[in-house]
Amino acid sequence: MRKGDVCHTTPMRRDIGLRQRYRAEMRFRAYGITAISIGMFFLGVLLWSVFSKGYSAFWQTSLTLNIRFDAAIIDPKNIRDHDSQVLFTANYPLLVRNALAEKLGVPSDDHLALHEVSHMFSSSVRVQLRDLVLGHPQLIGGIQKVTFLASADIDSAFKKQINLAGSETRRKISNRQIEWMHRLSADGSLHRAFNTGLFTLTASNRPETSGLGVALVGSLYMMLIVLVLSLPIGVAAAVYLEEYTHKNRFTDLVEVNINNLASVPSIVFGLLGLAVFVNFFGLPRSTSIVGGLVLTLMTLPTIIIATRSALRAVPPSIRSAALGIGASKTQTVFHHVLPLAVPGIMTGTIIGLAHALGETAPLLLIGMVAFVANYPITPMDPATALPVQIYMWANEAERAFVERTSGAIIVLLVFLILMNIASIVLRRRFERRW
Amino acid sequence: MGGMCCIAIVVGVILTAGSAFARDQIQIAGSSTVLPYAKIVAETFGEIYPEHKIPVIESGGSGAGIKEFCRGIGENTIDIANTSRPMQPIELQACSYAGVKDIEEIHIGYDGIVFAADIDSPDWHLTLKDIYQALAARVLTDGQLQSNPVKKWNAINSNLPAWDIAVYIPGDKHGTRKIFEEKVMLQGCRESGVVDTLRASGMDDKAIEIACVSVRKDGMAFDIDGDSSEGFAHITSKKTGLAVLSLSFYKNNADRLKVATVNGVMPTEQTVASRQYSISRPLFFYVKKVHLDIIPGLRKYVEFFLSDQMIGPDGPLAEYGLVVAPQTVREVQRAAFESR
Repeated sequence: MRKGDVCHTTPMRRDIGLRQRYRAEMRFRAYGITAISIGMFFLGVLLWSVFSKGYSAFWQTSLTLNIRFDAAIIDPKNIRDHDSQVLFTANYPLLVRNALAEKLGVPSDDHLALHEVSHMFSSSVRVQLRDLVLGHPQLIGGIQKVTFLASADIDSAFKKQINLAGSETRRKISNRQIEWMHRLSADGSLHRAFNTGLFTLTASNRPETSGLGVALVGSLYMMLIVLVLSLPIGVAAAVYLEEYTHKNRFTDLVEVNINNLASVPSIVFGLLGLAVFVNFFGLPRSTSIVGGLVLTLMTLPTIIIATRSALRAVPPSIRSAALGIGASKTQTVFHHVLPLAVPGIMTGTIIGLAHALGETAPLLLIGMVAFVANYPITPMDPATALPVQIYMWANEAERAFVERTSGAIIVLLVFLILMNIASIVLRRRFERRW
Repeated sequence: MGGMCCIAIVVGVILTAGSAFARDQIQIAGSSTVLPYAKIVAETFGEIYPEHKIPVIESGGSGAGIKEFCRGIGENTIDIANTSRPMQPIELQACSYAGVKDIEEIHIGYDGIVFAADIDSPDWHLTLKDIYQALAARVLTDGQLQSNPVKKWNAINSNLPAWDIAVYIPGDKHGTRKIFEEKVMLQGCRESGVVDTLRASGMDDKAIEIACVSVRKDGMAFDIDGDSSEGFAHITSKKTGLAVLSLSFYKNNADRLKVATVNGVMPTEQTVASRQYSISRPLFFYVKKVHLDIIPGLRKYVEFFLSDQMIGPDGPLAEYGLVVAPQTVREVQRAAFESR
């Protein structure tokens, strides 16, 4: 009662909606935090799903064994001195199978077991041992310690990606093979090593010998082509539009078109590339030169827009001062305005390149979504790109490709992060504020 | 500026490259179902004949491959189209308009199409009739075609689980869809007697076919755009779903999948080869005969593909999941190719 009285006796405060306004601010902050949390949550889920599946791709199961280069298997008729073809077609996997069977104590007449033994290691040993013998023919007859890849099924089983608890008939690896695997791993012949092959090998039908080599080279070529073509063209176009033309209907039209091109779906550039570069100019399909040209078209608008806004951000006083002390228009632009705009141009270019690096759709139509197993020597040779390799691996049936898909995504993400960090660093270091 | 100089050089290279270009690498495009098999052959080919480069194999679907194949003759066009269905007359016509007249069809084997579920689900024993009744957009009720009211599997057949119907089927751009419509929906439609009833009611054959093959769109059947791996991803997250996959995909993931019998037959290589299991499709590739003498290694590649070393019953393709063609067919194929 008394308290109420006090309230009544104090003079009424003017209602300026303070409480409401504070509440509005609190609400807005809550919205903002919610929005960021939702974004962070999905980013977290994405990264977790990629990294949890993909980290194992950076390790690969290998076997190290003493292999007897038995002359009776490589060259049973002893004709290698006058017919080198025999070294070429010899049954090298048999050498490895025999060495492994001996190690595991499998009798040489148990054909079923021997068949299972030969599924323990990758059939890429044929080429590996062939190249070894062709390079060092004196190995024949001797014993040599060789490290070679385990088969993809053993690799997946060793990494516990195959459900080993289920019935034997339902998996591609038998109980006997699992027991062998544990024995070999216990004495150190079967071990995990860093998977350099992921970066050096080319596309392959065997998961264990598949790598990103061709894709990395293809992406590198394309990025170089994009950089060399779109940077000068884009900057020249932007400088002309920004510094030399007067605003009229024509420049408005050009501007609308450039902004439009920046948001055209990338598949359209693929169609254009197919029609112009492949069918009209007759450039070879599936090559990085065509891919680079298509991505150049796609990146140009981004660079033009970034350059124009960087030029616009240079204060008019710089131009006036240069003109005032007698510099020509061109001197003003190239000696004063453009150097000050460089950080903005660089940032725009790197973001454009990062965008181009992650693009697949335009490459589909020019034939770059392909199985390419030979390293491209020049940009005129068939190649693939990083995102394309991810797409191809995602469609594979074998379990071992699942981790490689995510591993390749990690590699691509690392490149994108590096590029984006570079653009931020450049901006921080060179940006000037007026 | 230096940049302009670079542009001039690159443009110059581009313009001269087109004419000076001679291809020494086989180029192939087409079906994503045939791709894994073609990859195995291509890679082994490159290992056995190191003087030849490993062929480049694009994956974009049968239709896209045939379109590229029919663009014309010459080093700027592809040599081989992989398909999971025979070429249609309209495509052959388009080809011959573009000058691609002399082409050889090569049949490499079969691929089974299976209904797969999660490994922990109960055994599935489906009939074509069940599948038709579960998935048709409209079914016969009281002699009238009306939208499908069925929601659960056990409403069709009490042996089936009491789960909501959820089937993931490859979309229209896939060769698999066509086979699914023809060999599952249409056949199921016949077996449940709907075709006869409709015909008796005076409907023409074309309309009956359309009515039979249209799949419901009320959230019980889902079109998937990707490959088998997408269907697999769906049923690993929705455990009560069924996915339409290729037999080779199932074989590679048998530790996580369970496959349904259809009309009492378990899909295996043997039952597909003997035609007991009816849902299968032939796999082909087409090669331009004119290119055999222009592109180095092309003839050798085709011969290598046709050898029993590759498509034979003990070859690597059979191990991956190809259902091999009978020996007589393989021999006739080889003889036909060599005789020309």
